[in-house]
Amino acid sequence: MSNVAEMGGAQVNPGVDPNTMSIIVTKGSLDWAYPPFILSTTAAAMGLDVTMFFTFYGLPLLMKDLKLQVSSLGNPAMKMPMMGMHMGMPNLVSAIPGVDAAASKMMKNLIKKKGVASIPELRELAVEADVRMIACQMTLDLFEYSQDDMIEGIEIGGAATYIEVATKSHINLFI
Amino acid sequence: MADQVLDAKGLNCPLPILKAKKALKTLEGGKTLEIQSTDPGSVADFAAFCRTTGNELVEQSEEGGVWTYLIRKTG
Repeated sequence: MSNVAEMGGAQVNPGVDPNTMSIIVTKGSLDWAYPPFILSTTAAAMGLDVTMFFTFYGLPLLMKDLKLQVSSLGNPAMKMPMMGMHMGMPNLVSAIPGVDAAASKMMKNLIKKKGVASIPELRELAVEADVRMIACQMTLDLFEYSQDDMIEGIEIGGAATYIEVATKSHINLFI
Repeated sequence: MADQVLDAKGLNCPLPILKAKKALKTLEGGKTLEIQSTDPGSVADFAAFCRTTGNELVEQSEEGGVWTYLIRKTG
């Protein structure tokens, strides 16, 4: 076929199951942990086979003991609802020790209050839904993590492992 | 009358969908699940969920900020 119009909408590469998705997870702060886990659990609930590849700062999201924090430093879009308005935090204030911890606590309170799932809860649901999780070997070495620190049931792999998954996935996301 | 009722009130995205999926898993084909949700986003999401999974959205209604969905397990 010579052009998109002739193809009559979405086309799937031959041999690629349309109900497949992969996500590269590169960020591990409390806020950035949400998109990959929300999308992976929802996709699995909608019948997709999902693989998550955890690399760099995304890798700690696989640790048994999650100590997730959010930082307002360099994040002008982070405005918390306070006293009837939305308040941001100047970088100079964000840099003060203890401010990240306070902001994280505030975020966790909001999450609870609004009926939003916690990250441990979403991760548990992802495991239950048979989402395949691959930890990046290079990141384990680089930041001196041990597989013993990670949850059960994960695999270890590298770039080639992910690329093989990507070639067989209809949807590939980088978060 | 639905075969099973799921109270997802107070839960935010994506929990109503995830809990509905779990409940549907335990249902036999042809049986129905009623879901109650206070999440305004659930209107678009349950429609998309049913279109994608092949389950039938039999009916939906809203009263006092609570959306009620009746889904028949066909997917």
